Amino acid sequence: MTAPLEVEPGAATADPEAVLKGMGKIEGRSLGQIAWMRLKRDKVAIGGFVIIVLLILMAIFANLIIKLIGHPPNQFNQNLIDTVGGTLAPTGKFGGMSWEHPFGVEPVNGRDIMSRVIYGSRISLLIAFFATLLSVAIGTTLGIVAGFFGGWVDAFISRLMDIFLAFPLLVFAIALAGVVPDDAFGLKGDSLRIVLLIFIIGFFNWPYIGRIVRGQTISLREREFVDAARSLGARRPYILFTELLPNLIAPILVYATLLIPTNILFEAALSFLGVGVRAPTATWGGMLSDAVTFYTMPHFMLWPGLAIFITVLAFNLFGDGLRDALDPRSR
Amino acid sequence: MPGTVITYIVRRLIAAIGLLIIVSAITFSIFYLVPRWAGASPETLANRYVGRAATEETVKLTAERLGLYDPIAVQYWNWAKGVVVGAEYDYGAGVERCPAPCLGYSFITKQPVWPELLDRIPVTLSLAAGASILWLVFGVAIGVLSALRRGSIFDRAAMTVALAGVSLPIFFTGLISLAFFSYRLGWTKPGGTFVPLTDNPVLWAQALILPWITLAFLFSAQYARLTRAGMLETMNEDFIRTARAKGLKERNVVVQHGLRGALTPILTIFGLDVGLLLGGAVLTEKTFSLPGLGKYAVDGIVANDLPKILGVTLVAAVFIVLANLIVDLLYAVVDPRVRAK
Repeated sequence: MTAPLEVEPGAATADPEAVLKGMGKIEGRSLGQIAWMRLKRDKVAIGGFVIIVLLILMAIFANLIIKLIGHPPNQFNQNLIDTVGGTLAPTGKFGGMSWEHPFGVEPVNGRDIMSRVIYGSRISLLIAFFATLLSVAIGTTLGIVAGFFGGWVDAFISRLMDIFLAFPLLVFAIALAGVVPDDAFGLKGDSLRIVLLIFIIGFFNWPYIGRIVRGQTISLREREFVDAARSLGARRPYILFTELLPNLIAPILVYATLLIPTNILFEAALSFLGVGVRAPTATWGGMLSDAVTFYTMPHFMLWPGLAIFITVLAFNLFGDGLRDALDPRSR
Repeated sequence: MPGTVITYIVRRLIAAIGLLIIVSAITFSIFYLVPRWAGASPETLANRYVGRAATEETVKLTAERLGLYDPIAVQYWNWAKGVVVGAEYDYGAGVERCPAPCLGYSFITKQPVWPELLDRIPVTLSLAAGASILWLVFGVAIGVLSALRRGSIFDRAAMTVALAGVSLPIFFTGLISLAFFSYRLGWTKPGGTFVPLTDNPVLWAQALILPWITLAFLFSAQYARLTRAGMLETMNEDFIRTARAKGLKERNVVVQHGLRGALTPILTIFGLDVGLLLGGAVLTEKTFSLPGLGKYAVDGIVANDLPKILGVTLVAAVFIVLANLIVDLLYAVVDPRVRAK
């Protein structure tokens, strides 16, 4: 439904005589301002946004926070493990939860779960952001080109998207992440895995954005303002970047926001399958994968799982709100 | 009219085969090129098949015999020929037959890949069939009800649960439900106990019920959201007003006019999802230790067994292309406008 554009209750009754009566002046608002007003009123979306900001801050200052907690993510705490019973479970109740270790410690080696969850946010967000950026860059470029030029260019790019969509994405990604050796492309260790994951995830998700941008470009191409620019003698690059691109920003922004949570789940899935960033570096998916063998200690899988859930949910909430604000028809 | 339908089907079939050839060529090149770019040589690739202790000479000989020195196009041609007529591999310790369709030959287990894949297809098929029926029924029903009672408590509750559902990874919900229902309460059998349907339908369902529900929950959430959005849009169309104006019962308006319009895009996504799932419900199979195609792929990756990975990827691509083809053909039968294009 169409949301009311005005905020002040007095202005809600649109009265053509208002200016004459001196009720206040009527201001024009840009589409961006209208969208921002709608977004501000969407409490759930703002809640999601606040959580996202907190998570990003946590990821950036992860090392500092971990230093404050005082337990490095890879530090073994063998003294907290019950070696007598043979299960190698943490001593104490609820998986060794205490003031010292609020989320408890891992079985067998006693690493602090809270530190590991905090450190995991870093890998997760880093990969999801850059992979999304890559998808958006490829998808927007190819989508705009296909939609604007049409003809054989469009046919070629559209077929390319079909081919990409026919790939069994997850199987392909795990296979690809699996065949690359530990020392390649002049990189090694964590940095190699992170770059590799960004490329794999980003490279296979672009057709979704590409299709949307292509469709939007085709519908915009025939509009009057493009005709006007063309008849004034504007060149193609001018039409592409100055006339079309600004009109595409809204859908691109929405789909980028909604692609980030998908990519977070993707990264977690790859780490869960053991082809993500390698142990002992803490990742949420990797922690869940470690938890499989300790199904009798649910706390161990609870924290990384909750971390994934909250992060993905926050992005989804914000993305949904953003879409509603930019395109009220979609509600 | 049947003439045009047949022409359409033939055209789509040819396009599908073309797509598969391209997908297989790309898959092949990526899996053979990426390790090279990353610094692996034909010798290091061959090394995997003869064991670490082999002498340099044996390694070179094996690489030679497996054709690892050949240009990529020759290697792809040999592989594609193997799919059609079968292949023979001579890796030093004798000649190994790999009958058609030879999707590859694992030199680690010394087995052709295709028969192993065939064994695993029923598992993945059972998983996908049960889960997809569940999620289609529940997802669409919840979506329609939510759209019709928009803003009601039911709508809000359903959409909140659905949003949570699309934000949860299957390996998390799967692990939690496994820990709770299988190990704590003992209601269902823990993973890894697949029984073929033809052997014992009760045990078959018992082993699969938890994966079905877990998988269907996540997909239902997505489908409920999509159906709701589609229904809201369709119910505002002019033809719905026309249908109401000519005095149709509301039930008929919703089912015959509203749902029909809203379901077409859902069907497309359904085809794609089922195809993807058949190609390897990797995460579900891994979480519940079901010996399906996805688990096979993961095992292949752990063992660094390239022919296995390549085989699964291709079978998966076939499923996706087939699923899309079926959806397209259904469209052509239902909607005559599609054929004309």
